[in-house]
Amino acid sequence: MKAPKSWILEHVDVPEGTSTDELTARLTLTGLKLEAVESAGADISGPLVVGRVLTKEPEPQKNGKTINWCTVDVGDANGTGEPQGIVCGAHNFEPGDLVVVVLPGGVLPGGFEISARKTYGHVSAGMICSARELGLGEDHDGIIVLPADAGEPGQDVRGILGLDEEVIELEVNPDRAYALSIRGIAREVAVSVPGATGFRDPALRDTPLADDQGHPVRLEDTTGCPVFVARTVSGFDSAAPTPDFIAQRITAAGMRPISLAVDVTNYVMLETGRPIHGYDADKVQGAIVVRRASEGEQLTTLDGTRRTLTAEDLVVCDDSGPIGLGGVMGGESTEISGSTTRVLVESAHWDAVSMFRTGRRHKITSEAGKRNERGVDPTICEAAADRVVELLTTYGGASAEPGVTVVGEAPAMPTVTMALDLPANVSGLPIDPDTTVGHLEAVGCTVRVDGDTLTATPPPWRPDVTDPYDLVEEVVRLVGYDTIPSVLPAAPGGRGLTRAQQLRRRIGRTLAGAGWVEVVDFPFVGETDLDALGLEADDPRRTVLRLSNPLSSEAPAMTTTLLPALLRTAGRNVGLGASSVAVFETATVTLPRSSEAAPILPVDRRPTDAELDALVKALPDQPLHLGLVAAGEADPAGWWGPGRPVEWSDAVDAVRSVADALGLELDVRPAALAPWHPGRCAELRLGDALVGHAGELHPRVCTTFGLPARSVAAEVDLDVLIQHAVHLRPAPTFSTFPAAKEDVALVVEESVEAAAVEAALREGAGDLLESIRLFDVYRSEQLGEGRKSLAFALRFRAPDRTLTDEDTTAAREAAVALAAERTGAVQRA
Amino acid sequence: MSGPNSEYDPVEVTPLQAEHVAAARDEAIAAIAAAADLEALKQVRIAHTGDRSPLALANREIGALPPQARKEAGQRIGQARGAVNQALAARQEVLEAEHEERMLVEETVDVTLPTDRRRRGGRHPITLQSELIADIFVAMGWEIAEGPVVEAEWLNFDALNLGPDHPARTMQDTFWTEPADRHVVLRTQTSPVQARTMLTRTPPIYVACPGRVFRTDEYDATHSPMFHQVEGLVVDEGITMAHLKGSLDHLASQLFGDGIDTRFRPSYFPFTEPSAEVDVRCFVCRGVDAESCRTCRGEGWIEWGGCGVVNPRVLVACGVDPERYSGFAFGMGIDRSFMFRHNLEDLRPLFEGDVRFSAAFGTEI
Ligand SMILES: [Zn+2]
Repeated sequence: MKAPKSWILEHVDVPEGTSTDELTARLTLTGLKLEAVESAGADISGPLVVGRVLTKEPEPQKNGKTINWCTVDVGDANGTGEPQGIVCGAHNFEPGDLVVVVLPGGVLPGGFEISARKTYGHVSAGMICSARELGLGEDHDGIIVLPADAGEPGQDVRGILGLDEEVIELEVNPDRAYALSIRGIAREVAVSVPGATGFRDPALRDTPLADDQGHPVRLEDTTGCPVFVARTVSGFDSAAPTPDFIAQRITAAGMRPISLAVDVTNYVMLETGRPIHGYDADKVQGAIVVRRASEGEQLTTLDGTRRTLTAEDLVVCDDSGPIGLGGVMGGESTEISGSTTRVLVESAHWDAVSMFRTGRRHKITSEAGKRNERGVDPTICEAAADRVVELLTTYGGASAEPGVTVVGEAPAMPTVTMALDLPANVSGLPIDPDTTVGHLEAVGCTVRVDGDTLTATPPPWRPDVTDPYDLVEEVVRLVGYDTIPSVLPAAPGGRGLTRAQQLRRRIGRTLAGAGWVEVVDFPFVGETDLDALGLEADDPRRTVLRLSNPLSSEAPAMTTTLLPALLRTAGRNVGLGASSVAVFETATVTLPRSSEAAPILPVDRRPTDAELDALVKALPDQPLHLGLVAAGEADPAGWWGPGRPVEWSDAVDAVRSVADALGLELDVRPAALAPWHPGRCAELRLGDALVGHAGELHPRVCTTFGLPARSVAAEVDLDVLIQHAVHLRPAPTFSTFPAAKEDVALVVEESVEAAAVEAALREGAGDLLESIRLFDVYRSEQLGEGRKSLAFALRFRAPDRTLTDEDTTAAREAAVALAAERTGAVQRA
Repeated sequence: MSGPNSEYDPVEVTPLQAEHVAAARDEAIAAIAAAADLEALKQVRIAHTGDRSPLALANREIGALPPQARKEAGQRIGQARGAVNQALAARQEVLEAEHEERMLVEETVDVTLPTDRRRRGGRHPITLQSELIADIFVAMGWEIAEGPVVEAEWLNFDALNLGPDHPARTMQDTFWTEPADRHVVLRTQTSPVQARTMLTRTPPIYVACPGRVFRTDEYDATHSPMFHQVEGLVVDEGITMAHLKGSLDHLASQLFGDGIDTRFRPSYFPFTEPSAEVDVRCFVCRGVDAESCRTCRGEGWIEWGGCGVVNPRVLVACGVDPERYSGFAFGMGIDRSFMFRHNLEDLRPLFEGDVRFSAAFGTEI
């Protein structure tokens, strides 16, 4: 809310010398946060002075236009005291008039710099200003002519035009709708600025008594519209200009002056907080009826939009049907125009929730709607209407018609009861009962104290105050949030991070320690991304949870895999010149699993466990994934020798090292799954549980994402790993007897997996085997096509004795024999 | 020493004569002294102490002497060999020391050569910032609670006193999932974790909930459709706003430095009543001569988050007895905190995955 300071101070007195800073600091502390202080003339600089027109010579031009060559007395403001020659295109002034002159060197709104320039055969040294040029609203008709007693030539004109007016912009929270008015802000000043007195309520005025002579109104829905006041003026001059103070103030408040009738209703809305609507009374046919619209009913609103209404919308109707969307926007058929002479003033109270829904449904946001949907004082309908009538009669030549229609009644405010010591108990401040009662009364509550209990009736402009804690807030904010002491609460002994939280940190550190860089990406995905991975049509990762309102149609769903974003990220880094990229992300993915709705449960009690269960089950599965992508060099080349390019094993090993950090050893099997190379993809398992996949990317995927050939990736389910993580590892024991080492080289078919040979050797060797390690894979012509030699180093050791050669040989032979049986391995001579 | 022996075979054994032994000893010692390096010394050792060396040969002749002459000759030879061996050992030590000194000089490398044979990794600064914040709470005895990002509408809104007509539920803020009547949203705040905590645990509750949240904001320097929040929730007997202030002051001082505290301004959040905006004292200028401070833009304070006393309506919906318990809650942006803590003007580098950005923070911040 933007409020001119002078307007606020028309309704409240602050101690002499209270600065704007002090005033706004207090308002900020009590809940109306200062956004900015602006002055209307802030974007005008340089000499802007009163000028007296000395001469005015009309000079018709070839283009049919007539300009006026003027000399203007600007006092000493031009430094010479000589009259200033100025060309002016407007005609609404005469010699002797006082006008507003901007001299060369001045700057007008929009950065418009004024200099002496040649035009129409004269040197025009400055400009005679219109209201529009000064940012004071729309032109009425030509330049500004000041009142004869406005000031002396050469005098600075800012004060005269209100350009030095400070406009205070306050942030108004949705619960404090009353502060969307001068009335509310002035009241807030009265209660929050020390020494402020004399709040003068602009809505407190004597209003004529209601009678049955006014325009007939019938309310069919008194919940939606409990009060409707109608007043009519006639003899209105629709061409009458809006007085400057109204134009200036509504402009300062951020609204555009339009016409006297509209400007007056806006002015009264800003002043009292109550939105008003004016109809061309001659276009209203018959009695006004307020009701809910029938489904599908049509109305063309003031903005020219033809709207289809629903049964929830409140409409103002006459004999012709709907003529306005009640409280939200008027209708086109009864709009005030240049020919309007009778104005019907509507000042009605509307149900806030209906206003909010209608505004949202029809996508209408307006100053009136903003107030109506947050709650307006229902008791000031008559006063606001009367104020509009007053202004229309004063400035529009109208006269009030005698009838006064008041239908309905402002709903009574509910009472709120609380323990008298609640403010103290909630705030931790020693607030005594007198302070509590005093502050509640200051904000307008009627308060009654019975023993330890306080009952308050909030004022009608505070529909937000419904609960005991609302009363607490009113008391505490006036006591001052800045007085709340700082006391650290003593939590009971906590359990620290959960095991899963600790393990997740361990995973991140493991990968960072191994040279991987963590990134964070958005979890949105689109068809194109999944296609780019080369997923089969029936790949479960194509089953995505779609968003109703995605930011981009390219990525309208929640992702099921971290890889598209990681591949893009890796590609972007390569594009930026990185010769080596290794990135990882840990984030949840979204796997839809249910088509049940998540019920909207009651809020007046705890849901039952069954209800909560249904809620949770309706949500998609959201496992925590780890994704990683590497490209380029795994180890860089340097003075030490050549580098090593990234290869499939780097991806597998990264996941293995993560598993190792959790005390787990993964089973690795070959697999074929997009986006991996079908011959270079490993499936990683923990027994029956699938952990994920790792390996080299499909060449087409590398190309698509701008990655070098042989880039690698992995994606695994960290929840599975964390679930299986070894918690208590038994301490190992070691034999101190000497070890015996044996190497064996086994020739197998190319298709035989190293892991299978190793497993057979391990099993065959029996308990004496301490460790086994594959140290070479060898292929040669001698071995023959399609065969390979696997060389293993075996270490044997017994817990209780030194092994003999016979022991070792027997164990080795048993190992080789089982490998031969299981895998067809032949020991190499 | 025995005198001349009349029974002695007057045949002279030349090598055992004193002058010969002395000559062989001196020759050996001279050769030892002349050995320039360990290899030369090795040759000297062979030549003068080996089986074919003069002293060794002389020693062998002792047996040819008459028994009465053997002792003297033996002593003479033994002394000579002892002197030679001593000289050898001394020379060996000198030459080894010289050799080591020379080798150490020769083996000198350029230690300024690059040593980065392995890639350096790094964790994302927001992860690190979240962990830092979590650690501050854990140190106070709080626990870290978590929940899903795709969340039930009821938990994200209704349970938190954001009724169906609250402006925060309109289309322009919340990501809704299809179909809309399934009432599933991307959580717009981490508050549903608070609701879940209250629904599943009994007070006392002291938890912090860091996590990703989503709003339908167009992506620019200060807005992102996804960002990170941390919220705190305490539900216990006798909890007041003073405890809220104390907890936030503590967090501020731990995160931004000793003496950094917070201030409250009245505000409105459906979840809390009374509610407040939290500003944190500018940790750069500390409010002194703030005019020229770029971090707080001359305010002396930085807008940090929102907080308040948990609205009893929320307690009721989450199964907590509001007559017995009260609580407070607060929330702030982790990204935003990171941005002003680390002087980052544009948030987009946080989400664009340029490895140079994450790598710059290493593994701790
Ligand atoms: Zn500062």
